[in-house]
Amino acid sequence: MQNKVIRWILWVLLLGGILLGISVFSLCVGSAGIPVSEIFNLILDGKGSTGYSILIDIRLPRIILGFAIGGALSLAGVLLQGMFRNPLVEPYTLGISGGAALGVCINIVFKLNETAGIFSFPLSGFTGAVLVIFLIYSLSKKKGILKIQGLLLTGVMISFISSSLIMLIMAISRTEDIHGIVFWIMGSLEEPNWALIKLAVIIAVSGLITSYLFCFDLNALSLGEEEALHLGINTERSKRFLFITASLLTGCSVSVAGIIGFVGLIVPHFVRMFVGRDHRILLIASFLTGGAFLILCDTLARTIISPLELPVGVITGILGGSLFVYAMSKKQIVLGGNSA
Amino acid sequence: MLEIRNLTCGYDSKFFLKDINFVANSKEFIGIIGPNGSGKTTLLRAITRVINPIKGEILFDGKNIRQMGYKNLAKKIAVVSQGSAVNSMTVEEFILLGRIPHFMRYQFLETGKDMEFARNCMEITSTLKLKDQLMCEISGGERQLAFVARALCQRPKLLLLDEPTSHLDIAHQVRILDLVKRLNKKEGLTVIIILHDLNLASQYCDRLLLLDNGRIYKTGFPEDVLTYQIIEEVYKTVVVIQNNPISLKPYVLLVPEEERQKRENKCKQKG
Repeated sequence: MQNKVIRWILWVLLLGGILLGISVFSLCVGSAGIPVSEIFNLILDGKGSTGYSILIDIRLPRIILGFAIGGALSLAGVLLQGMFRNPLVEPYTLGISGGAALGVCINIVFKLNETAGIFSFPLSGFTGAVLVIFLIYSLSKKKGILKIQGLLLTGVMISFISSSLIMLIMAISRTEDIHGIVFWIMGSLEEPNWALIKLAVIIAVSGLITSYLFCFDLNALSLGEEEALHLGINTERSKRFLFITASLLTGCSVSVAGIIGFVGLIVPHFVRMFVGRDHRILLIASFLTGGAFLILCDTLARTIISPLELPVGVITGILGGSLFVYAMSKKQIVLGGNSA
Repeated sequence: MLEIRNLTCGYDSKFFLKDINFVANSKEFIGIIGPNGSGKTTLLRAITRVINPIKGEILFDGKNIRQMGYKNLAKKIAVVSQGSAVNSMTVEEFILLGRIPHFMRYQFLETGKDMEFARNCMEITSTLKLKDQLMCEISGGERQLAFVARALCQRPKLLLLDEPTSHLDIAHQVRILDLVKRLNKKEGLTVIIILHDLNLASQYCDRLLLLDNGRIYKTGFPEDVLTYQIIEEVYKTVVVIQNNPISLKPYVLLVPEEERQKRENKCKQKG
């Protein structure tokens, strides 16, 4: 077996272990601390005890959702950075989060959630995201060719437009609505609905699996579109697929958990620093790291000033940003882009 | 092997190449020359399907390349392009990218065969000792060799090169072209190469294709194409043509303006 493959397997095992460790840590800590040794007993004892319901009904859903959202956002980041060959692109650059936020804002202001029920937030967020995806996609397509730079610029502009519209809505809406909007925009992993959590996991994992069909396209695209074409890659098809996959992953994440920043930007860079640029390992490694990172951040967010809870985006930004700067100063890296 | 019929193509609505008709036979070493902006790279891009023809067709072994599928085409035609982006991959990883067209569906890892083939390509191009270095840290000449190695890794029948020797010193220029010539002679690889340096084109190519303003101005043996009348007409530059004393191929000598004026003055004085 090649050394490379062994190294890859070791990385996956290591990151999987870290993910598992962080999940167990997250199960234990909280306003009611539960030692690791008791976790098994509590779970084996089954329903009834307070400990069990804290673990299974309160902490476990957040961990699973953190895994799905963190994984999905990091994966979307890898796909987009690989496709655009631009180190500064992240899932939110393309205005998809803006679209989702706008959808939810409209929902809150017009009180659609009162009539449409529990799924209305994610649904309106997703609708907003999908509309933006279509808009950007059709605007950047000329004569059947997807212009990558156009896609990026259109996305950034749409992002500005939607954040302005959100501000407009906030300016003219009532105070209690503003609270709801701000709370949603800051993002949180608190999600009482198991069905939604399961859906998020399914979408994230299937996104990972389908991305693997395009790992060589991504490797080839890192040399530029024309070179990828010379290597026999149907670049139009792969650009389209990558854009749509990354968009759907982002749209789903945002509509379930709100806007949790920095994960999709920092995790791919961080992982690339350690495992290398080959997308065959980068995809899975980023997914696992993103999941572990978001679970860790969420655990910190809910314990630092407990019983109050910080917005998880605050922690991802501070922790992720400083870790990244530290790692960058220790390890010489070349960012995801190209140096011609 | 490659046949271009009535090709007209270009970018957006501007036509660039007009009515190109041209046949490259198997095992030929063909040079494309012409002034800047005459359409050399455009022609190469049409052959690799980066741009689509507006009129006409390009046939490879009798089949229209538009019907061949990108992957199949990449198994037959490999390209060493001009000024490709490089990043911080190792040379080996970079060269292995050339195996992508040969991967089966759902194949995620290089097989032993792929590795061996890549190793072979690295040996031929003497890039084996560089294999663990990063692409962005090796010299321009070494990088160009790595590009050739990656192209060979595709196991092509036709190799296209776009100014592989620009920015290189004479040692590397000769090294790259000797390598390509050797592949052409020994392995029977068909080569189409864009060269700016008319002398290199003359020394290495069996046949030259001179482009001017999107049309073929002349094709033929170097001694037929590289005459001072043709060069002065196409390049609008005064040249003197002599023969290389060793290879007896034409050699293009440039004449600076100062010398030209001196000559003219002398002629005038003589009356």
